[in-house]
Amino acid sequence: MPDLNLGKYAEYIWPAYGITALVFGLLVVGALRHARHWRRRAEELRGK
Amino acid sequence: MIPAPAFLANPERFMAFSRWAAPLFGVIAVGLAIAGLWLGFSAPDDYQQGATVRIMFIHVPAAILAMFVYVCLGVASLLALVFRHVLADAAAQAAAPLGAGLTFLALVTGSLWGRPMWGAWWVWDARLTSVLVLFLFYVAYLALRASIDDEAKAARAAAILALVGLINLPIVHYSVYWWNSLHQGSSMMTKGALPPVYAIPLHLMNLAYLAGFGSLWLVRIRGEVWRRRAEAAAVRAARA
Repeated sequence: MPDLNLGKYAEYIWPAYGITALVFGLLVVGALRHARHWRRRAEELRGK
Repeated sequence: MIPAPAFLANPERFMAFSRWAAPLFGVIAVGLAIAGLWLGFSAPDDYQQGATVRIMFIHVPAAILAMFVYVCLGVASLLALVFRHVLADAAAQAAAPLGAGLTFLALVTGSLWGRPMWGAWWVWDARLTSVLVLFLFYVAYLALRASIDDEAKAARAAAILALVGLINLPIVHYSVYWWNSLHQGSSMMTKGALPPVYAIPLHLMNLAYLAGFGSLWLVRIRGEVWRRRAEAAAVRAARA
């Protein structure tokens, strides 16, 4: 079973995981928004 | 048999392939990450590093991928430069922000690991400095592309910069052997250096990061293809 009690090093480990989750979140949201935006724009222009 | 890169060089085939491959790689990445983190947090503390060994499961994959993504950026830039292939240029452009993000993560998680182990957030060590240079190459690539209005010229200049930056990759890799470094050597390359209780979750996380990059790269290339189609359609509409 996973042990989430990281003792005296928790102040280093959790921020490392938190920043990793944040950066991955930004990369995922950024990639999806970029693709969605330009797909809609291309479809709009093609429809004109 | 058609080689994969040639098959994917056709934008229509690429869009058809990436439509199902991107979400599939994403699901694989999440599954592998869950398994890797579960095993990683179930592993015992290291006898020297204590619980900080768990930072390894996110730091090492980020560092490996930071270099791997730069190889992808370099190869795509070379193909774009030599063959003037639009999809190769889109692949290079799409790889850069992902590589920058992963290199940033390697630096930050390394710093958070170094503070309790070395007693310092940062040292001007050969490995750390060469990874910082790698990050600066990514930032310079993105800045160069953004600063030139003519897209063809921007692509050419950025591709040349990306190829110059490839010189840094062997320096990053061999820095711990060429110089007296505070950073440890590669445990993954040395057989038996890492016990299975750490090696298995680490390999799972490496694969998770690889699949995650694959998914995000495909999504970003798709976005680039749509952007170029939209801009071409806008030019056609303006002329009509």
